[in-house]
Amino acid sequence: MTMAYARIPEHVASAAPVQLEAVSVAYNGKLALKEISFSLAAGDSVAVVGPNGAGKTTLFRTIAGAMQPSKGAVRVYGHEPGGHICIAYVPQRSEVAWDFPVTVQDVVMMGRIRKIGLFRWPRRKDWQFIRQSMRSVGVDGLADRQIAELSGGQQQKVFLAQAIAQEAELVLLDEPLGGLDLPSQEAIFEILEQLKGQRVSVLVATHDLNLAAERFDRVMLLNRRMIAMGTPDQVLTQSNLVQAYGGHLHPVQGESGMLVLTDTCCEGEEQPEFE
Amino acid sequence: MSEALTWLTEPFQYPFMLRALWASLIVGVVCPVLGTYVVLRGMAFLGDALAHIILPGVVLAFLLGLPLALGALAVGVLAALAINAISARAELREDAAIGVVFAGAFALGVALLSLQRSYAVDLTHILFGDLLGVSSADLVLMGALGAFVLLVVVAFYKEFLVLSFDPLLATTLRLPVSFLKNLLLVLLAVVIVMSLQVVGVALVLAMLVTPASAAYLWSRRLPPMMAIAAGFGSISALVGLLLSYHLNLASGPAIVLVETGLFGLAFLVSPRRRSRLRMARAN
Repeated sequence: MTMAYARIPEHVASAAPVQLEAVSVAYNGKLALKEISFSLAAGDSVAVVGPNGAGKTTLFRTIAGAMQPSKGAVRVYGHEPGGHICIAYVPQRSEVAWDFPVTVQDVVMMGRIRKIGLFRWPRRKDWQFIRQSMRSVGVDGLADRQIAELSGGQQQKVFLAQAIAQEAELVLLDEPLGGLDLPSQEAIFEILEQLKGQRVSVLVATHDLNLAAERFDRVMLLNRRMIAMGTPDQVLTQSNLVQAYGGHLHPVQGESGMLVLTDTCCEGEEQPEFE
Repeated sequence: MSEALTWLTEPFQYPFMLRALWASLIVGVVCPVLGTYVVLRGMAFLGDALAHIILPGVVLAFLLGLPLALGALAVGVLAALAINAISARAELREDAAIGVVFAGAFALGVALLSLQRSYAVDLTHILFGDLLGVSSADLVLMGALGAFVLLVVVAFYKEFLVLSFDPLLATTLRLPVSFLKNLLLVLLAVVIVMSLQVVGVALVLAMLVTPASAAYLWSRRLPPMMAIAAGFGSISALVGLLLSYHLNLASGPAIVLVETGLFGLAFLVSPRRRSRLRMARAN
């Protein structure tokens, strides 16, 4: 039986890792995203913030090539995302089948199966790479654990190791920080720094405006359309936030500046179904 | 001691019992291995439906004088692909779409059969199997189909694993997702056809789901889950056949009852359940 994968398009060296031109996405007959345009440079790390249903997950899935824009164009290194295997999408933890009989090592291996190829088993070189990926996020000691036996922070790290094993050059993280304690969040940020050092571009969806402001150089404020993108100071202004969150926003004058409370939280966001 | 040995070996002096043993062992290994995917992907209803949908194929093949397995295989593969195509359109919920096709096809099969009341194809044989009537030619066919299924499961192990665990990852890795889904459905149709003579249309589901579910409770990785499922399946085949001989029970149901008993045991002493209880108590 001769069967091979379709050719993977060569990256255009001069092209941006991600470029969106007036991308609109319809989902269930409604417009989930409207005319989004932006681009990232290699090594960029951008927080994507916005209320529930702002379209963060839809944006990520469209960039990953799992959903199609109804208008506009997505370019990843100069080509449509559909052919690339350099894009890693890390789902929200609530979307993962933790009961599935797989160990940490199995999940990390999955990121590599295209590199391994059809009708082949992982070779020694692949196992070395998989172990190296686990070591770089600090889960190598958990290789044989079933994934339900991990803490939330460890679970998030396993999927980052999977992205590293995939040799992803563009990583899309959907709410990786939600529900994690501070040390676990810190560990995730260390891994993000590592990725930045390897010129991997990262988009991080988060509900936490304070983390977005403190820990990211650039922030994208989204509510179906792009409200603003730039440094936290430029983006997280009161007028922008009111546009994004409307009546759900409660600015509070704190001792060291303004504190913003939003009454959205992490569960129950409308998810595009995917099968 | 010798009495126990006689109890074990006596039935297999008869060639038809020996053929029945081989047939049920082949099915007892292959069905549970593929069944792990049925369990993990939540395809139990689809599996049951496919088994019933095959009925008109069997009857038509009989009426046309073709090999029964051929008719069943053709209808099974066609139905599997059709269901996948209908549910991809998503105008109807998948379970409803399956239900419509399932009931309609089964009714057609029974109706066709009722026209031929006087003939040798017996509804009970189709519904509950005809293990003692397995011929050498049937065995060869079962062996060939079984080997094909196992080969494909091994060849596409990584790809089926990713497709089942994380369909989105399968997409971002640009795996041929619809090809893989169709391939799984075709394999499902093939094992159902293989199992027809052993347990029949009505109980195929047990071969697919029961040993794999028991194995799920006992395993932390997919390869051991497949191995344990195959172990449960083949032990059930042997013990079920012995019980059916000595107690004069119908052989298909006897095998399924042993499987169900093993599942009950596996459930009661499941390490997974215990670890979950421990976690619940710790919280």
